[in-house]
Amino acid sequence: MNQNLYNRRLWKNRIGIALSMTAMALGLFVLLWILSVLFINGIKAIDWNMFTQSTPAPGSEGGGLANAIVGSLMMVGLATLVSTPVGILAGVYLAEFGDRSRIAEITRFMTDIMLSAPSIVLGLFIYAILVYQVKHFSGWAGSLALSLIAIPVVLRTTENMLRLVPGNLREAAYALGAPQWKVSIMVTLRAAKAGVVTGVLLALARISGETAPLLFTALNNQFFSLDMNKPMSNLPVVIFQFAMSPYDNWVRLAWGGALLITVTVLILNILARVFFREKISH
Amino acid sequence: MNSPSADSGMRDQKRLATVRKQRIQDFLFHKLTLSFSLIVLVALIGILVSLAMVSWPAFKKFGIEFLWRVEWDIINEEFGAAIAIFGTLASATIAILIAVPLSFGIALFLTETCPLWLRRPLGTAIELLAAVPSIIYGMFGLFVFAPLFAEYGQPALQSTLGQMPIIAPLFGGAMNGIGILAAGLILAFMILPFIAAVMRDVFEIVPPILRESAYGVGCTTWEVVRHIVLPYTQQGVIGGIMLGLGRALGETMAVTFVIGNSQRLSASLFSPGSSIASTLANEFGEAADFHLATLFALGLLLFVITFVVLAFAKLLIIRTERAKGLKT
Amino acid sequence: MSEAAGQALKTAIQIRNLNFYYGKFLALKDNNLDIVEHKVTAFIGPSGCGKSTLLRTLNRMYSLYPGQRAEGEINFYGQNILDPKQDLNLLRARIGMVFQKPTPFPMSIYDNIAFGVRLYENLSRGEMDERVEWALTKTALWNEAKDKLNQSGLALSGGQQQRLCIARSVAVKPSVILLDEPTSALDPISTAKIEELVHELKSEYTVAIVTHNMQQAARVSDFTAYMYLGEMVEYGPTDQLFIKPKKQETEDYITGRFG
Repeated sequence: MNQNLYNRRLWKNRIGIALSMTAMALGLFVLLWILSVLFINGIKAIDWNMFTQSTPAPGSEGGGLANAIVGSLMMVGLATLVSTPVGILAGVYLAEFGDRSRIAEITRFMTDIMLSAPSIVLGLFIYAILVYQVKHFSGWAGSLALSLIAIPVVLRTTENMLRLVPGNLREAAYALGAPQWKVSIMVTLRAAKAGVVTGVLLALARISGETAPLLFTALNNQFFSLDMNKPMSNLPVVIFQFAMSPYDNWVRLAWGGALLITVTVLILNILARVFFREKISH
Repeated sequence: MNSPSADSGMRDQKRLATVRKQRIQDFLFHKLTLSFSLIVLVALIGILVSLAMVSWPAFKKFGIEFLWRVEWDIINEEFGAAIAIFGTLASATIAILIAVPLSFGIALFLTETCPLWLRRPLGTAIELLAAVPSIIYGMFGLFVFAPLFAEYGQPALQSTLGQMPIIAPLFGGAMNGIGILAAGLILAFMILPFIAAVMRDVFEIVPPILRESAYGVGCTTWEVVRHIVLPYTQQGVIGGIMLGLGRALGETMAVTFVIGNSQRLSASLFSPGSSIASTLANEFGEAADFHLATLFALGLLLFVITFVVLAFAKLLIIRTERAKGLKT
Repeated sequence: MSEAAGQALKTAIQIRNLNFYYGKFLALKDNNLDIVEHKVTAFIGPSGCGKSTLLRTLNRMYSLYPGQRAEGEINFYGQNILDPKQDLNLLRARIGMVFQKPTPFPMSIYDNIAFGVRLYENLSRGEMDERVEWALTKTALWNEAKDKLNQSGLALSGGQQQRLCIARSVAVKPSVILLDEPTSALDPISTAKIEELVHELKSEYTVAIVTHNMQQAARVSDFTAYMYLGEMVEYGPTDQLFIKPKKQETEDYITGRFG
């Protein structure tokens, strides 16, 4: 045996493994770094006022994020209400009728592209078809843009989860003479419930942090407003504007808002994982 | 005893009405789910059409030249996409160059060397990195990364790579932390988890038997990955990279915070620039009329570029999975 | 062939010149068979012989899948169910099916049974309660399940789940029940209970059962069909087929020299 060659191979292996571990460590380090910076700066901003007062005017002291939090909740909530049934039923189509239909194949492919497509373009789209037509920004437009981002997430997760339902269960329902819609709604969807909830949570997490599309649709509103027909304040856009501003209290609020949405998004992600695990062990 | 045929015949009479109702319900259900699934397609076509319509004046005035014109003069209404396209491509390229080896390392670690009990928590951690909203990356880049980069990173780069022939100009100029290179670096960490996740998934498709037989003839882990896993999953890996590229090209917030937002073209990667998405985010608020049309033209370009990249990525991933008998 | 039993037997399902294709693969070749009313008919044969495929043509389950098709005639009380105009839901409400693995729906035990009944009947709460009790009693599950009707069907043991599935089928009051290897995933005690149940079911239902277990076929059935490579090799009264098979292949199989 050529000891030299063998040694060289071993060293190559060691270096390769060491580099891969370094990459992993670096990834973890960045995650922890970002999160710790976020906590350190964010905690300082979080107080009672943040939840009770609205965003401060330029140059004024104090202030909070109440209008942005409520605006975000309303738009994200509405988008979830819209995209959940639409995404789920569209997912049902792909899973239950999709094998016989060319349209389904194309839809599946395009959905995958939409999942990664730049969200800013969706904002432009809603701007063009809604804001541009009625000549003002609105909470409705923001919500619509967020729905379009959420639908592909719910759709694809639902389809994948329905495909995990054993074919036998579907057949058993058909064997009783059940029509297709009852089989889908009452049996297969119910069996895939945990997985479908995962999809909804992931979509919720995704749109909670979206900023770019809201810039072109809901914009912002300095005042507290529940009117979806007017420009609507929301956390991401406020964070964007405040973080880039010269005022200390604005920047502080931006960190507070950033911590708020990140914690929300991470909790939603972890919840989604818990639900998904339930589905797997089932 | 009742004759079952007669009995069921009688019940059938009652059931016929039910059956008729069910047929209508099933028909409606089919059409309803179909139309919901078509929303995605309609949105895609809608994006193309609406963006093209609003941006029409820009293309009418500048024609195809819009793509390589370097001007961006809002007051005199002279626009070209070259600066933004350059910034987009440059930052995305830097991001890919850094993220790919790192993602590969992470995927390799998670599939080959990581102890089993750690795979799940570490995998989850990397996936959480993907869940962090991009605006957080942007803030982190602006407030934490850029100052450090200006103080340590850029001087170090200038004194090393900046002294080499040919590439020296890339690392020249003022060092204030923000710029195209900084944007690329932040983007790298943003897309890293996406690429790593795809790589890990396709690595796991490799049949254990292939791996085991390679180890069986005395291959090291590195050799197994290099000569068995990578060739076997090549297309999927490229698909994952393209997916990351698609994300990097279209990312708005992470880039806007750190790229510097300047409409100038400069040889140095240290100097501020702008990407398509950052231009949109920055100028949209004040834009009107013709300026707005050019911004939409940029948006359309971005959509077309990312669409092509993502479609290509998806095709490669589908092909890998099909070839290995796995369907998504 | 039913006249072999020596008495006036009524045919529930008449299979004539049945060919079945999975894509281009011919899985059933020119099958002919009469399934007798209120009797248990067993289908035996080595795996891949087409016995499950045959069962799945009887309620058109195969129609769920593109690329699967049947040719020939299956007359169910005179009505050709292979007719493209046949309403499948209605057909399946009249010909029930139970599968190899228990398939309780993800809902309560009560709703598992009520689900099928509600499809075609409008019962009051009280009537439904009665129907559920009736079906569970029929499948000897009532005593075990009566206190947990609101619990998930998944909370039952494997054998209980399978009996729940049979109860679910029975509750719809079909005229035929198809059993596709109903005990292959169960322990011997549960298997014995199901076999007993099959015996009782035939007083009201026509039963067709696919099994890979010859003893089971011998125990539960009145008629047995031996199939091999998609062909109906021999069909006759169970006693006759097991004691005095007409064909050498059948004898080889049942004596264990083959298969």
